[in-house]
Amino acid sequence: MIIPIVRTALLALRRDRVSLVLSFVVPIAFFSIFAAVFGSQRDTMPKIKVIVVDQDQSRASRQLVKALQIDGSLIVSTTPAPTKNQPAPPEFTAETAEAAVKAGDVSVALIVPRGFGDHPISFGPDATGTAIELLNDASDTIAPQMVSGLLQKAAMTAMPVTMAEQGMKYSEKYLGTFTPEQRRNMNANLDQLRQIEKRQNADGGTGAAAGPGGGIIVVKTRTVVGENKNNPMLSFEAAAIGVMFLLFTASGSAGALLDEAESGALDRVLSSRVNMNGLLAGKLVFNILLAFTQLTLMFLWAWAVFKIDFFSHIPGFVVMGLSTAFAVAAFGMLLASICRTRAQLGALSTLLILVMSAIGGSMFPRFLMPEAMQKAGLWTINAWAIDGFEKVFWRDLPVTALWQQVSVLLAIGIVLFAVARRVARRWEYA
Amino acid sequence: MSASMNPAVASPHAPLPLEVEAMVKRFGAVTAVDGISLALQGGECVGLLGPNGAGKSTLIRAIAGRVIPDAGRVSVFGAEAGSQAARAALGWVPQDLALYPRLSVKENLRSFGRYHGLNGKKLEQAVARCLAWAALEDRAGELTRNLSGGMKRRLNMAAGLIHEPRLMLLDEPTVGVDTQSRNRIFEMIEALRAQGMTIIYTTHYMEEAERLCDRIAIVDHGRIIALGTKEALVHNSFASRSQVVARLEGPEGKVAAWVAERRGKMTDSTAEFTVEHPSEIAALLEGAASSGLELVDLSLRRPNLESVFLHLTGRELRD
Repeated sequence: MIIPIVRTALLALRRDRVSLVLSFVVPIAFFSIFAAVFGSQRDTMPKIKVIVVDQDQSRASRQLVKALQIDGSLIVSTTPAPTKNQPAPPEFTAETAEAAVKAGDVSVALIVPRGFGDHPISFGPDATGTAIELLNDASDTIAPQMVSGLLQKAAMTAMPVTMAEQGMKYSEKYLGTFTPEQRRNMNANLDQLRQIEKRQNADGGTGAAAGPGGGIIVVKTRTVVGENKNNPMLSFEAAAIGVMFLLFTASGSAGALLDEAESGALDRVLSSRVNMNGLLAGKLVFNILLAFTQLTLMFLWAWAVFKIDFFSHIPGFVVMGLSTAFAVAAFGMLLASICRTRAQLGALSTLLILVMSAIGGSMFPRFLMPEAMQKAGLWTINAWAIDGFEKVFWRDLPVTALWQQVSVLLAIGIVLFAVARRVARRWEYA
Repeated sequence: MSASMNPAVASPHAPLPLEVEAMVKRFGAVTAVDGISLALQGGECVGLLGPNGAGKSTLIRAIAGRVIPDAGRVSVFGAEAGSQAARAALGWVPQDLALYPRLSVKENLRSFGRYHGLNGKKLEQAVARCLAWAALEDRAGELTRNLSGGMKRRLNMAAGLIHEPRLMLLDEPTVGVDTQSRNRIFEMIEALRAQGMTIIYTTHYMEEAERLCDRIAIVDHGRIIALGTKEALVHNSFASRSQVVARLEGPEGKVAAWVAERRGKMTDSTAEFTVEHPSEIAALLEGAASSGLELVDLSLRRPNLESVFLHLTGRELRD
């Protein structure tokens, strides 16, 4: 009797597309996303964007910058990206680099100060190395440590002559003056090293093989974003989780349209003074208010329990909250108008929202993702909403700095609602 | 009902409450309505009688402006169906329970009232009037999903009347309700009729059409195959003839052949004959006896709408 029961269940499952999607498509989609983010494929590992300002312009500093530029783990910028039809922008300064970190364009900036070339490395108890300043954003705890380590590596590999010269200097200081023969031998070796360095420079190489050790470049870290915040992930989590559940709420709420269509209430409404434009606009406004209320509750809870600074960010919150609410409400309306039944809506919304949330940064920060996935995330409402809320609550940026996120979210909302209106024509007349 | 619910009384030059001219509606290869024409006078109640799939609901939805005809014209008090004027004049009670289940009775009525542009005192008066009409005053605060089937049906009707329409479309309003609730619904409709409301009433229960309607349109395969008062329809189909219903016993093939020979119709185990005069019954009895068939039961009845439908279509109304 077991086989007939299994057979019947299989037949039922085969015809239940919703269960099929939830059983097979959603897990595979999720596995793929997590595998891409945390998997072992080296070529998809995220690169760290870093701005380098070389105030010294010495041989040592130029070699160091060059070594950083060709490191496969970093994307190094020394000048802002050129704008179309505009003259080439000037190189970053300490001030513009700090502003870029504050704006979230990069997580880390390195300032190589004047005089670095005179004392590039630090050694011994009275170390005198000139410190490179590392400006970081506290919300990204990984990037500064990686950049700091890569800086030591670059120093070791890119400046063999400097390293040798400095080594001789420190040896003389701590061991006593070299004999003339020792000095002759060392100078001969230094000449050889200079020849090798010259050849490698001509070839575009980075220098001698890396030596052991670390910490010979003095790095002075200064947090320029979030230095006074109690928890760097709080505002991110509030926005990330908030937006994901907003999407679920919006699609569920918009699903009322399907209930009304099924019960005949939609027909009755459309036979009154209300037309389809009025009906959809009314539903949209309701869903915007619902989403905004949900976000407000979320952030008020974060303020009350987790001490997020809510009340000094009200204007930014309102602007971002309404823009996000509009986009998610329109998203819900589109899903509801595409689907024929509540069950279809449930399956499609679960699939889309979980995928959007995964690649859009609601489940883990986008800076952890490979470059391609970070770019793919820009197609999601989550990414733009989270970026905007981060600007408000983490970076303390003014409302005017939100123009890009607000514009994109409004554009998404308008396009999705326009498509939903077009699809909803099927309910208008038979 | 209060006097304010009175529909306007049509003047001789006023447009008719409803005019349907040669309406055609196709859904793919299926022709749901195939050239129906129909006109209603003010205060008249016309029943659309026909089996499921006959095209009644499509016709009703076209009058409500929810279906656009492929050909022909539908107007409500002179306004094109679906126009604002037509919508305001029309009260539609769909076959489905077109209500918000999570809203209370009163909230449902308020919602539909607002959709028709009512508000403030006028809305509250309309809600009170509809609650009284549907005898739901004591259930006003109850959630709709918790109501009995009959109460939901009454609320469904009340929601169609909230804006004081002049023409009511009642699409099978008694589907799925018990006898007691059905009688309550009949009383509601009779109250409307007494106020002079023009009504279109679709059903596949002939006794409802007989009780409530001035004229009856028999609809089959998207066409009106007969239209008139009950008496006229019966007369047109049967004149002064009556029906004899007989139950005969004998070899199965033999009974059927004998019934067919006398132009009778077999339905299950019952034979039906049309006779001009009751005196013809004697000849039938003699014929059965001489053919070796045993007569178990016999009755004489005047033809009704069911008979008319069977006569016109060759099918039972509830097929």
